[in-house]
Amino acid sequence: MKIVVCVKQVPDTKGGVQFNPDGTLNRAAMLAIMNPDDKAGLEAALRLKDQYGAEVTVLTMGLPKAADVLREALAMGADKAILVTDRVLGGADTWATSSTIAAAIRKLDYDLIITGRQAIDGDTAQVGPQISEHLDIPVISYAQDIKVEGDSVVVQRQFEDRYHVLKAKMPCLITALSELNEPRYMTPGGIFDACDAEITTWGRADLTTLDDANIGLAGSPTKIAKASDKVRKGAGEKVALDPEEAVSYLMGKLTEKHII
Amino acid sequence: MDFGLDKKHEMARTLFKEFAENEVKPLAQEVDETEVFPRATVEKMAKYGFLGIPVPKEYEGQGCDPLTYVMCVEELAKVCATTSVIVSAHTSLCIDPILTYGTPEQKAKYVPELASGRKLGAFGLTEPGAGTDAQGQQTKAVLDGDEWVLNGSKCFITNGKEADVYIIIAVTGIVEKRGRKMKEISAFIVEKDTPGFTFGTKEKKMGIRGSSTYELIFEDCRIPKENLLGAQGKGFGIAMHTLDGGRIGIAAQALGIAEGALDRTIAYVKERKQFGRTIGQFQNTQFQLADMATKVEAAKMMVYKAAMAKATQKVYSVEAAQAKLYAAEVAMEVTTKAVQLHGGYGYIREYDVERMMRDAKITEIYEGTSEVQRMVISGNLLK
Repeated sequence: MKIVVCVKQVPDTKGGVQFNPDGTLNRAAMLAIMNPDDKAGLEAALRLKDQYGAEVTVLTMGLPKAADVLREALAMGADKAILVTDRVLGGADTWATSSTIAAAIRKLDYDLIITGRQAIDGDTAQVGPQISEHLDIPVISYAQDIKVEGDSVVVQRQFEDRYHVLKAKMPCLITALSELNEPRYMTPGGIFDACDAEITTWGRADLTTLDDANIGLAGSPTKIAKASDKVRKGAGEKVALDPEEAVSYLMGKLTEKHII
Repeated sequence: MDFGLDKKHEMARTLFKEFAENEVKPLAQEVDETEVFPRATVEKMAKYGFLGIPVPKEYEGQGCDPLTYVMCVEELAKVCATTSVIVSAHTSLCIDPILTYGTPEQKAKYVPELASGRKLGAFGLTEPGAGTDAQGQQTKAVLDGDEWVLNGSKCFITNGKEADVYIIIAVTGIVEKRGRKMKEISAFIVEKDTPGFTFGTKEKKMGIRGSSTYELIFEDCRIPKENLLGAQGKGFGIAMHTLDGGRIGIAAQALGIAEGALDRTIAYVKERKQFGRTIGQFQNTQFQLADMATKVEAAKMMVYKAAMAKATQKVYSVEAAQAKLYAAEVAMEVTTKAVQLHGGYGYIREYDVERMMRDAKITEIYEGTSEVQRMVISGNLLK
């Protein structure tokens, strides 16, 4: 079985989000990590490898620095790593990103593609399903459990109050939830090997099935017009009311702010 | 000269830090309170290769260098000194001498089992009458046919009773050296469950309370002839060289304890308020922290330098002795100040710093006291 796992390097939002004066994200000031849902997807692939034997290829699109998450994936046990990087690919929205990644995956043999549900920086959850559309294969999103049965996968897809069990013939694409599993640690020896390992690097010219109309900022149907920091919370407010009045006052405030 | 860490070591540091925070820190207080050996943690560390970091891959090790190993001990010690010394004694004091002095058969038999963590190692040198004066050995080994017969005892043995493989130093005869009669000392590999090998008292210690410290007893304990480690009569040299390496591990442990105490103190003084401001806003606090951080940084340079020396030099006794001496004394000083800056709360067991202060003291004593380190260092200066 051949599995391709798509991973993204994202700023660690746990360490606090920082903005540049112009309102864009100050990525340089934030620690970069492997997107948590992607890490769960990678772990799922590695467990399938442990269980059934599989070749796991990790793929990322990003700046040259994004090779760090590929090395982390190799140190966890992935077999191969591919970095798609090119200036002309920058500024991509989910359409341009998924077009580019699909073009890269077309160059590979695969039975299963695993992506994360969503990246913690963009939060769109669009790229995985869009890749499957470009490749014309089925998608099962929000996977909380993955099993392989013959030439099919059986996946529990999470819903708000239940899960559905879906079966799909491979090749197919699954988007993973971070609740899916507890990702393994790297090993020290794995790290040393990963740092010496060769990472295949592809630029625009290597992606022959890709149309220039679908890449980078120019090929993105959507454009970000403005980004801004959340409005800072004002000072706290103290009110002295009877318990019943207090409850309805509080509920009113929470509804007004769309918290409930 | 480059003081920055390369990618490999940076990633290894991230790994050890994450593991220590997630897997070790939550148990540290319980391990100390209950004095229970953290067996489950040892199994997890084995799974991720932490028990064979500087061991070549052909022996199921991780194929990394002494610096990577040192960073592992350091990061573990930041959260739990007990866990760090288990790794250090196993790696430096048991695997290292077998790798350095073992025959191909001994290496093939023991090192993969140890480096993979399927088995745990320990080192038995100290006796009730032979501490700093390690030549005063009383334990005897006599060759009888194809077997060595051991009689005697060892005390204060780290990983005692929990380990499966023990390096044991014993007297194998009397030799004449420069007209004086001297003990001939040799080293042996002894496996747990060998008839005649039993355990005595479990020591109740001030610190590193989850680490298992036992007395070993040998009563007509027969081990195969081929379990002699190195040449007969070379045991003292083997022990001393092994301790040179072990001291780097203990130096890393001391460094980690100091760093852990400093981290917690910095967090505490930013929160705690007295006289209407945080205690971190008082200049006394600031200057104390500055001194603590500076000494920790100096210790770190010495510990890393010693690790690099072990990777590249045949002899690194002085680097190891200086790193251990300094790091241990810094750990003692920094943890004492950390307790002071925490005030009354620092003396309460719920806060980590009092445990760290208790743990720090042993780093000035075991694997050669601070005085022994000074003997090694000055001996080299005046030779």
